[in-house]
Amino acid sequence: MELGWWGVLIAVAGGAARVSVPYLFVSLGETLTERSGRVNLGLEGTLVLGAMSGYGIAYLSGSPWLGVLVAGSVGAGLGLVHGLVCNLPRVNDIAVGIALFLLGTGLAFYLGKPFIQPVAPRLPHLELGAWSASPPVRAALEINALFVAGALLAPLLGWALFNTRWGLIVRTVGDNADAARALGYSVGWIRAASTTAGGFLAGVGGSFLSLYYPGTWNEGLSSGQGLMAIALVIFARWSPLRCFWVSLLFGGATALGPALQSVGITAHYYLLNAAPYVLTLTLLIWSSSPRHLLVGAPSELTISR
Amino acid sequence: MPDTVLTRRQMLEGSAAALAAAGLEGIWPRLAQAAAKPVTVGFIYVGPRNDYGWNQSHAVAAKKVAKLEGVKLIEQENVPETVEAEKVMESMIRQDGAGVVFATSFGYWPSVLKLAPKHPGVLFTHIGALWKDGDPKNTIGYRGYMEEPHYLCGVAAGHLSKSRKLGFIGSKPLYFIFNNANGFILGARSVNPAITCQVVITGDWNNPVREAEVTNSLIDQGVDVIVANVDSAKVVIENAERRGIMSCGYHTDVSELAPKGFLTGAEWNWAAGAQFVKAWQTGGAYPNLLRGGFRQDMVAISPFGKAVPPEVRTKVQALRQAFVDDSLKLYKGPLKDNEGNVILKDGQVIANDDNKFKLAVNFLVEGAIGKTGLKK
Amino acid sequence: MRIGAWAETAAISAAALLSSLALFGVFVALRGLDPLEVYATLFHGAFGTRFSLEHTLTQSAPLMLTALCTALPARAGLLVIGGEGALVIGGVMTVLVGVSLAGAPAPLAIAAMCAAGALGGGLWVGAAGALRHWRGVNETISTLLLNYIAIAVMNHLVTGPIRDFAQVLKPASWPIGPAFMIGEMPGTSIHWGLAFGVAACLGTWVLMRHTTFGFAVDILGGNARAARMAGLPIGVLILVTSILGGAAAGLAGAIEIIAVHGFASASLAVGYGYTGILVAFLARQNPLAVIVVAILLGGISASGGLLQRRFGLPDAATLVLQGLLFVAVLAANTLAGRFRIFRPRTA
Repeated sequence: MELGWWGVLIAVAGGAARVSVPYLFVSLGETLTERSGRVNLGLEGTLVLGAMSGYGIAYLSGSPWLGVLVAGSVGAGLGLVHGLVCNLPRVNDIAVGIALFLLGTGLAFYLGKPFIQPVAPRLPHLELGAWSASPPVRAALEINALFVAGALLAPLLGWALFNTRWGLIVRTVGDNADAARALGYSVGWIRAASTTAGGFLAGVGGSFLSLYYPGTWNEGLSSGQGLMAIALVIFARWSPLRCFWVSLLFGGATALGPALQSVGITAHYYLLNAAPYVLTLTLLIWSSSPRHLLVGAPSELTISR
Repeated sequence: MPDTVLTRRQMLEGSAAALAAAGLEGIWPRLAQAAAKPVTVGFIYVGPRNDYGWNQSHAVAAKKVAKLEGVKLIEQENVPETVEAEKVMESMIRQDGAGVVFATSFGYWPSVLKLAPKHPGVLFTHIGALWKDGDPKNTIGYRGYMEEPHYLCGVAAGHLSKSRKLGFIGSKPLYFIFNNANGFILGARSVNPAITCQVVITGDWNNPVREAEVTNSLIDQGVDVIVANVDSAKVVIENAERRGIMSCGYHTDVSELAPKGFLTGAEWNWAAGAQFVKAWQTGGAYPNLLRGGFRQDMVAISPFGKAVPPEVRTKVQALRQAFVDDSLKLYKGPLKDNEGNVILKDGQVIANDDNKFKLAVNFLVEGAIGKTGLKK
Repeated sequence: MRIGAWAETAAISAAALLSSLALFGVFVALRGLDPLEVYATLFHGAFGTRFSLEHTLTQSAPLMLTALCTALPARAGLLVIGGEGALVIGGVMTVLVGVSLAGAPAPLAIAAMCAAGALGGGLWVGAAGALRHWRGVNETISTLLLNYIAIAVMNHLVTGPIRDFAQVLKPASWPIGPAFMIGEMPGTSIHWGLAFGVAACLGTWVLMRHTTFGFAVDILGGNARAARMAGLPIGVLILVTSILGGAAAGLAGAIEIIAVHGFASASLAVGYGYTGILVAFLARQNPLAVIVVAILLGGISASGGLLQRRFGLPDAATLVLQGLLFVAVLAANTLAGRFRIFRPRTA
């Protein structure tokens, strides 16, 4: 069966769904955190620690879903540390993020040595392509439950941020801390809670890497997806729904290089594989402006000032 | 210990390079008489030693070394190929008293060359087989001909592939990687000349997401047997298994990762390392350069997977024996590269230990889809 | 800086160091090891012998330079994390110049290579500074992305356009040749990078402490609005600090080439840039403190091997310690200015 260019298209589409999930979860978590006025640059460390702990727990307990839960909890723990440390006066949230990036990665490598070799049970998937006779189409439509969860969470989070009292509080804290204080809300605690929730999502995103795709634990597992996702949030202009589409775009961009290589377009693969980074930077330059805040940016955010 | 250094160096004068061609039997004289001196042996790895891949293949050898009488093993993981490699080896020598150091990554060689003259009593081994005349005598370069087991993997793949499309995933665009790819493809096409093989370079020794994506893309293109020359083939083999295609291993035995689709795998046999240590302990001779394939027992194939029927196993084993007997030559004419250029004319044969030819493999053989990007 | 402020910085950093060591001790104890024994080995592996001291200083050399890449722009209020990319680009530029100058007198070529490395790194991070000022692009994110792009560009070049095909076991660029290598400082096993690192830190200190430029940068970093009202050329200040910071990291890349490798390869990107960020923050962006902190962190990395071999601790133990230290120091920032004893009585 000769698929040729159709195969490239299917691989990119399938790759978009496979590769996008960590981007999606981290960016949704970061959107929530940034909406409250904080930046957590440590989500790369959270992602890696989530991947390791999820894999380790799934291996030890035999239950991948327990692994996902633990990965999320560990992520929430790192988020809480970020939130609490940043609640102290004169502490820079970006710097704390970098510190937690280092600490999270270090902890994951430190504790993860025994789990490099063993094979943990993998998360199940839905066979949405059972109707098709074509194995590539079937494979592209093997959709993991976490992808579905992320796809549902994106509009839900968007709706909650803009249509619930809870969302209003988070946004108020993020747009005008003084006003929030005047209304009697504890800015620090709301931000810490948002960062904790964001950490939970990033941890879950990490467990997808280790428990579903590519489905292993080792020290090179993440090639900066957690960091990329933070840039992605800016590009998605802090909208959860746009995070979903941009994550798919990034996933597709990651899949493009390998897909082209597999049909024999083998030149310049390093540059092709850097496509997601160049794409992000280009979009960032394009969507920024020196005169005003980024459209949609929470005004309290250090990163957009 | 200047006296022992002298004796060992004297023994080295009659360099063992000439012996190398004669196979292990010839190289290792009777050592048993001399008493084994206690020694600390240091292994440095470029990654984690339980990676189901390159580093594990060395850790397996390290375990064998540790079983030798009087040997204390020290190991250090994740040593980058920078000035740190030099400092780590020196630290093992100075702070742990290491007498033999195993540098198990390519980029450690400059550090070895720098340290060896400073520590003449220490034996340095490196897995690149880059040793040449004039390099320090207390260094050893050794390495197996991995293209031979790849050839056997290719034969198994050639028998079992239904789509007649194979996939070869390489990490970096290097001569030995393309050499392995050629071995794999020549093996497969010796069974069925209609077979083609996609050769894809990921660009990194370890990048799980890209390896998985390449695997899936290749499978989407109809590939049904895959082999991966990356630091750890775990991700590729697991993803191939999930998609229901066959795979061959690399570096070390990975058969249990793919109970259904695993055929066999190309493995290193670094056991010679134990002999080097023994030579150091007893003041015996050792070669400075040791290369070999099946004939010298420096490479191996993994146990066959369930997917391989008995008649194919017999054929592969027979070909393995042919490498041992040196009756099977990997590169022989007529041979064209995949751009149609004649590499070997009819009747031209390249000896299996012709390193000059093999280290300059800058082409992919006919049937390969892909480019080396190496200078022609 | 006044003596009181110095003492305060030192006291706060020491407190952070001690508390992170204590936390690390808990980690170690959980593995059934004696923390005190581990600390002793840590110290021994870092500073205990002449060899370990030389190892530590070798480790610290690139960190001093990459730390300046974060510390300098930070004085102007920028958070740059692009040291890794600037180092890589600097290394590539060094090779290009070194190869094209083959046959030239060595001192001249070495000076040109260092300048090229610094220029490459400077322009790389300078671009992020310019984007920040004239386009409003967040410099933290852009320098982060530039790191990945720099590594991809380097890998592309060394596997093709500038590849030395005689290197069979890994993709590497053309070599600059032994004549252009500077090697080790006489009587030691420390390469010359250390001298460059210390000199760069001292130079930066003079620039920041004793020139009007440094004064202007500190005003900008302290309060952007005040700087604007004072009519300072903000764009120029931002651009120059980022170029200088990038130049320091680019120089680190040049050193890697002329003192260690002799060619460019993937071994340029081994994380010196990221550890440099940590050094800058621990030193609270003070160039003189950068020297001390770089040596301290160099010591932690240098002793990591001994921890692995003596106690079976994973290599990431040093990463954990560094991470704890980083968090502790940032948290301790909140204490700055709170202690009366450090303030001059007359104030």
